[in-house]
Parts: sequence; structure tokens; C-alpha cells
Amino acid sequence: MNNLLVLPLLIPLCTAVLLVFLARHVRLQRVISTLSGILNIGVAAILLAQVKREGIQTLYMSGWVPPYGIVFVADMLAALLVLTTAVIGLFILLFSFRSIGEERERHYYYPLLQFLLVGVSGSFLTGDIFNLFVCFEVMLISSYALIVLGGTKVQLRESIKYMLINILSSALFVAAVAYLYGVTGALNMADLAQRVEAAGQGGVLNVIAILFMIVFALKAGLFLFFWLPGSYGAPPTAIAAVFAALLTKVGLYALMRTFTLIFYHDHGVTHTWIGVMAGATMALGAFGALAYRDIPRILNYNVLIGVGFIAFGLAAATDDSLDGAVLYLLHDMVAKGLLFLLGGMIISAAGTKQLSEMGGLIKRHPSLGWMFFATALAIAGIPPFSGFAGKLMIIRGGFEDGQYTLAALSLASSFVALYSLLRLFMAAFWGEEKPEPAVEKEPKRASDPWRLLPAAGLFVLVVLMGVGAEWIYEFAREAGNTLAQPSIYIDAVLKEE
Amino acid sequence: MELYMSLAIGVLFTVGVYLILSKSLLRIILGTSFLTHGVHLLLLTMSRLKTGAAPLLGEKADAYVDPLPQALILTSIVISFGVTSFFFVLAYKAYQKLGTDDMEQLKGEDAHE
Repeated sequence: MNNLLVLPLLIPLCTAVLLVFLARHVRLQRVISTLSGILNIGVAAILLAQVKREGIQTLYMSGWVPPYGIVFVADMLAALLVLTTAVIGLFILLFSFRSIGEERERHYYYPLLQFLLVGVSGSFLTGDIFNLFVCFEVMLISSYALIVLGGTKVQLRESIKYMLINILSSALFVAAVAYLYGVTGALNMADLAQRVEAAGQGGVLNVIAILFMIVFALKAGLFLFFWLPGSYGAPPTAIAAVFAALLTKVGLYALMRTFTLIFYHDHGVTHTWIGVMAGATMALGAFGALAYRDIPRILNYNVLIGVGFIAFGLAAATDDSLDGAVLYLLHDMVAKGLLFLLGGMIISAAGTKQLSEMGGLIKRHPSLGWMFFATALAIAGIPPFSGFAGKLMIIRGGFEDGQYTLAALSLASSFVALYSLLRLFMAAFWGEEKPEPAVEKEPKRASDPWRLLPAAGLFVLVVLMGVGAEWIYEFAREAGNTLAQPSIYIDAVLKEE
Repeated sequence: MELYMSLAIGVLFTVGVYLILSKSLLRIILGTSFLTHGVHLLLLTMSRLKTGAAPLLGEKADAYVDPLPQALILTSIVISFGVTSFFFVLAYKAYQKLGTDDMEQLKGEDAHE
């Protein structure tokens, strides 16, 4: 029992409720949400240290012992992800101060952002499958409101599709929970894991596993990603960055959790399918990144390449590849958040989304340019930066598992990711200088230090994660270890007090 | 009894899917409602429809029905209610601003802005 576990949920929740009452006072909203963000990082760091020191932490809500009550579980993976979420949340919040605009700030932007963080942290920490559904919904409903906030035509059009696809996948999620409850009679994940093991996975349990796979793949943009490139291009930069950094990763986390803890007995069926979907996602994401000439599309398809990569790590399911998947997941959250912030700044600096209409930005925005360049290298996995260690481990795990095709695909997709981002860099920053866009009212808005600083903060993190990979690997290995041996998780949750 | 319920749920799913695949936005929203109705009935059915008293301890019966799915359904109902009302208002706003409820005309490419 450890009451600290509920704080990553409770802090943003209380902040959000408080901010609803302060909608008119933009300054005050900013101060309060910054303070709560810092507090949240502190709590998450303490939680991580505790998990490192004492092993998996659990909290039984109202003292009801599992499987009867809802339980919150912080293993190493959940603790790492909660900390990463808190950090990204704070940096993107700081970025929003100068980019989101007063009109949106007055219309509950900050409370919605906090509610989104509630849903994300809750999904990472919960140990109950129906509670996971509820946390998903908290996250999704905030994201519906955020994606349409402002009400431009593109946003209205795209949010309809985004909502529809998520309503569908939520309905399927409930159906999957219903089937699983019908077969096992349990909702607690550790209890479910034991019961599925006892019943022997096969037949109907495999069908349910595939249904869960479809649900989480829809949320994560794994193969069933047709909704993603359009919807992530619609909202303003800060919101798109939150989505790219956090939302798909929650789906991936749910996939990792269910297919390492509950449905891991029949690799031939489930993990083969995940592998096929991962391969298809990497290939199609690479095609998309090559095909388009506008910044949002290129970045959105790069999100997909990352998703496919992590799913490949899960599909190979060796010790190395699971460690690598955790490492790469952490890197990908930070790097994609950063990439979207930089992309948004490039768009506002050039005054256009089209690569063909921009050029020569390096003279006016040198720091933005070189930061984007380095981020592109980090995403491709060039050694001094953060993407390298995770990719190396995933591919090594893939080789150990004999998945040579997928490993080759993932290397090729890294190459394409690098090519597409460097093409963006060259088109935007090199070449003939285009006249300053007329729509930019304040001169040099994109070089505004208060917008560059949060991005620079995330960038420092990307570099540190690369240079200090050894240090982070210690944590990732422990997380991967819990994934590889579900009994550690089950024993920690169902132990007699 | 479960068989009949399953058939009914199957019909609800079919109708829901058919409506979601249509062109008009209002029909799509109706389709999602049918789908969530089906899902909620599915939750109820999957916990076995055995006879028993309502889950109230005051009933002092020998057997009660399973109380857990009822709680799950109640949660899911309010969530889908909130989402559906948001969806309706979104559709209304989109109709006001974009001037159409035809999904064909709401296609993705930025050409018609």
C-alpha cells in the first residue's frame, strides 16, 4: 500500500477542477498549471525512485484487496511512463503560453490539458481492465474537446472523424471486456492473467485477444491508422504535440501490458499478428513520409513509423527486444513531442505548410534549424542521440527471434524517416530565402525565446537520454524484466498483506 | 435466453454498422447509439442471465443476479451519453459552419477550404 500512487492522477485532476473556476484569469491559470506541472514531475520522480528501491508499488483503493477492488500498480514501466508524461506535459504547457492564443486559453484550454494528463497517467497506473477503459475515455473526451477547440473548419471536419473512430473502438473495447468477463469472470489484470493461464489460452481466449489487439491497434495507430494523419494535422501545434507524444503511446502501452501479462501463451497467433501489423505500419508510414510535401503529413507519418517500431519490439518478445521497446517508447514520446513543436515553429516562421513554398529559413532562425536537424538525427537513431540504444536493442532482439524481414523493414523505415526529415530540413532551411510572411504580425515570432525554450528543454532531454543511455538502461531493463516475467507483476499485486 | 439475447445484440450491431457506413452524419450518430446499446446488452448477457433477486440485500433471497456487470453498464452508459451529446453538438456546429452533413463532402484533402 502506497498512497503516492494516486497523486499523478490527483494533482492534475484537482488542478483541472480549480482551473475551471478561473477561466477568465489567464495569468492565474498559467501560474497554477505550471506549479502543478512541476509538482507532478516531483511526485513522479519520487515514485520512480521508490519503485527502483523497493520494487513494484501497489495501492488498493479503499483498502479492498484485489481481485475485489480497483488496484493501482506502479511497476517500473508505468513509473517511467508517468514521469515522461509529466515532463512532456510541463514543456508543452510552457510552449502553449506563447502559441495557443488568448481566445483558446479563455475557453478552458488548460483544464482540458490537465484532464488529458489525468487520463494518460491513469491508464499507465491502473491494474484493472475496466478502469483502463474509463481512463481511456477520460483521455479521449479531453482530446475530442482539444482537437475541436477553436472551431476552425478543418478542426470541425477532422474531429468528426476522430470522434467516430474512437467511439467505435471504445464500443469494441467494452465488447471485448464483456467477452473476457464472460469467459474468466475477472476484471483485475493480475487475476485475469492467472485465470487465462489456468484456462489455457486457445480457442475463444485467442479470439478475445485478437479483439483487444484490434481495439488497442485502433488507439495506437498500429496498422489501423487511417484516421491519424488527417486528425493530427488539424489542431494547433501544442495540441498536436500532446497527441503525438502521448495518445498513441497509451495504446501501445495497453498493447504491451495485455500481450505480456495476460495473453502471452500463444505467441504463434497473437505475436505473429502484431509482427505483421508492425511491419505493415512501418512500411506504410514510410511511404506516407516519402509521399507528402507538407509538414504536418510528414510528421504524422513519422509518428506511425515509431509506432510500428515499438510494436516490432513487442512482437519479437525476447528480453532484449522488450528492453529496447521500453527504451524506444520513452525516446519516442519525448522526440515526437519535440518534433511537432519544431514543425509548428517552422510552419509559423515560413507562413506556409508546403515545402515548395519555403526556403532559406536558416538565416533568420539558426537555432530552430539546427535543433530540427539534430532531432531528425535522434529520430533516425544516429548514435549520440536518444533513438539509437532503443533501436539497437529492438533489432538485436528481432535477430535473436529470427525475424529478419521485420528487422530489415525497420532499418529501412529508419532510413526513410531520416530522409523525409532531412528533406524537410533542406527545403525549409536551405536554398533561396523567401520574403518574410505577411501573416506574422509580431516580427520573428517563431524565434520568440519563450517558444524556443520549452523545445530546447525537450531537446536537452533527447541528448541526455542518448548520452546517459547506460543510466536509463538500468531502469528500462527492470521494466523489460517485469514484462518478460509476468509472475513478478502478478505476485506483487495479489500478495497477501 | 442467452441465445435470443445474442441474436438481438447481433441485429443491433448489424443495424449500427449499416448506419455508420451511410453518408449522412445524423445516421452515423444514430448508428453509434445502436452500437453502444448492443454493447451494453452484451455486457449484461455475458454475465449469464440466471434468475435471481435484484442485487439488493433487503430482498433476503437465496440467489442474486451478478451485480458487477450492472455497475459496468451504468458506467458505460453515462460515458456514452456524454460522448453522444458532445457528438451531436459537434455535428450541429459542423453543419452551421461547413454547411453540409454529407460525409462525401467532408473528405480530407485541403482542396475545398
